[in-house]
Amino acid sequence: MWAHYLPRLVLYVAIGSVLVGLDVGLPRLLNAYLVQILVFVACNIVLATSLNLINGIAGQFSIGHAGFMAIGAYATAWLSTTHGQRLLAPYEGQRLEPLLIVAYLVVLMFLGGLAAALGGLLIGLPSLRLRGDYLAIATLGFGEIIRVLLLNLEPVGGATGLRGIPQYSSLFLVLVAAVVTVAALHNLGNSVHGRSLLAIREDETAAEALGIDCAHYKTSAFVIGAFFAGVAGCLYAHYTQFIHPRSFDFMKSIELVLIVVLGGGNLRSVILAAVAITLLPEGLRLVKGALHLPFDPRMAIYSALLIAAMLVRRERVLQAVLPGRKGGGLRE
Amino acid sequence: MSQQLINAISLGAVYALIALGYTMVYGVLRLINFAHGEVFMVGSFIGLAALSVFHLPFALAVLVAMVGAALLGAVIERGAYRPLRSAPRLAALITAIGVSLLLQNLGMLILGAAPRAYPPAIDPAPIAWLEERAGVVVTRQQVVILAATAAILAGLSLIVSRTKIGKAMRAVSEDRQAAQLMGINVDRVIAFTFCLGSAIAGAGGVFYGVYYGTADPLMGLMPGIKAFVAAVLGGIGSVPGAMLGALLMGLVETGVSSVTLRVSPSLVLTGSTLRDAVAFAVLIAILLLRPAGLLGRPGREKV
Repeated sequence: MWAHYLPRLVLYVAIGSVLVGLDVGLPRLLNAYLVQILVFVACNIVLATSLNLINGIAGQFSIGHAGFMAIGAYATAWLSTTHGQRLLAPYEGQRLEPLLIVAYLVVLMFLGGLAAALGGLLIGLPSLRLRGDYLAIATLGFGEIIRVLLLNLEPVGGATGLRGIPQYSSLFLVLVAAVVTVAALHNLGNSVHGRSLLAIREDETAAEALGIDCAHYKTSAFVIGAFFAGVAGCLYAHYTQFIHPRSFDFMKSIELVLIVVLGGGNLRSVILAAVAITLLPEGLRLVKGALHLPFDPRMAIYSALLIAAMLVRRERVLQAVLPGRKGGGLRE
Repeated sequence: MSQQLINAISLGAVYALIALGYTMVYGVLRLINFAHGEVFMVGSFIGLAALSVFHLPFALAVLVAMVGAALLGAVIERGAYRPLRSAPRLAALITAIGVSLLLQNLGMLILGAAPRAYPPAIDPAPIAWLEERAGVVVTRQQVVILAATAAILAGLSLIVSRTKIGKAMRAVSEDRQAAQLMGINVDRVIAFTFCLGSAIAGAGGVFYGVYYGTADPLMGLMPGIKAFVAAVLGGIGSVPGAMLGALLMGLVETGVSSVTLRVSPSLVLTGSTLRDAVAFAVLIAILLLRPAGLLGRPGREKV
């Protein structure tokens, strides 16, 4: 019995000690800019793997994932600026403070996740009637609605954005969240639940005929995916200390879809793609600095690389999303 | 009320010009051509150059913009989409997004991000006798844009329904393989569809620039998304559906813009800022009631 769990236990301890090592070592090795980039990488890993559950595993093409992130970010940032800071103020400077902040952030992540999951439920229900391009456009609309509503909500800053969010999150916590998310989604993908979602992606009619409750599972994919996006939003907001509806626009959703598609639906390659796509614009920043260009060619190069990647590796990029058949992920 | 209606129809006309390109390309290729909004933007800038640099008359500027946009459409199709003809649809979709980003950013690099003033090629003053008789403010711009749009739409309908290439387009959108077996050069039909849709969007770009007085490299983004929504609303792949959807989008947006909602003293929702959200809410509602759009054919489920 024990021997069975031992390798996994060793793995967890190893991951844990690596994370602690990173927490101690990284701030000494890296400057604030590099730490921030790593935080964004970890956030994008959480976002991309959770979108992978919806797009890659369940095959429900969603291009509104930034909307869920926005819900999580704004809900928790609002809570922190209005209540959270006051709640933690008496403990400022005390020995317990760091622990309390972590506990508070964990609770906050759950709340942000739940708020986003509610949004996931809202968009999951239409997904029962819509397919393919129509579903994609409904999720796009949902993301835009969230963004425009936030742009008009004065209590959370409206068009000026929400500033003054306390920096409760740290590189260590974001990395832990990323590891937990990946582990959870990995296990989910291998469970009965994940297999049912795969079956729905492959052939909904056949899945229904085999007794899989398609309505339930499709909605659940949206709810779970949205939950983790909300968690990522919470961590993002409590790291950057400033959020604006612009941070969660259509381009953010597209970036995430891109990661999932480049990753090909396979969890490991989605993580790799998340790292690559997040680092790419930063790497191009170095190129710009080295060449002393008067303009910023980063986005142009980025998009040209994207087109080139699709033209060169068109089949392999999408291997896992579309196993051996045309149009699998994006059904007609 | 009739004032709002005229504004709505003007806005709807521009959306229709963009939406048609989306719907035709989707019809023949089953591809959401995300770069279409940028073709609209490039068309607008070509028109701007023709008007303010070369001082061409308005009609000629529109024509030049249409030709330029059509060429761009052909280049995009040939360079980015044709190599992916046999690849999964998602690959083409991502490439389309890449082309869209590339054009936006090239535009920003070359032209700068700041909006450029569009020359008032048509007199923006209201037509006096209409204002006196009916109390409605109609500008000469609106009349010219509506007339030109109507002419373009009529021409398009003629091409699609009466000409040989139009017949081929309909055949390809019905069943690409069968069309090929009947001896239709599918590649040429698809290229032609891209040119046609892009030309119409280019004209829309010039009208939009003249109507709102500015052009900038990101101007294609929102109208592009809205026009795509309009195409889906009407049932993507259907040409009359795109026109109907665009008109509805114009109506909804103009209608919502005139409403102000006072929830509480700190929470005042003005329609003009909310109109984007409402437009998408209407879309989702209509899709829920008619998942294939208003005039789309509901897809039958094959077992």
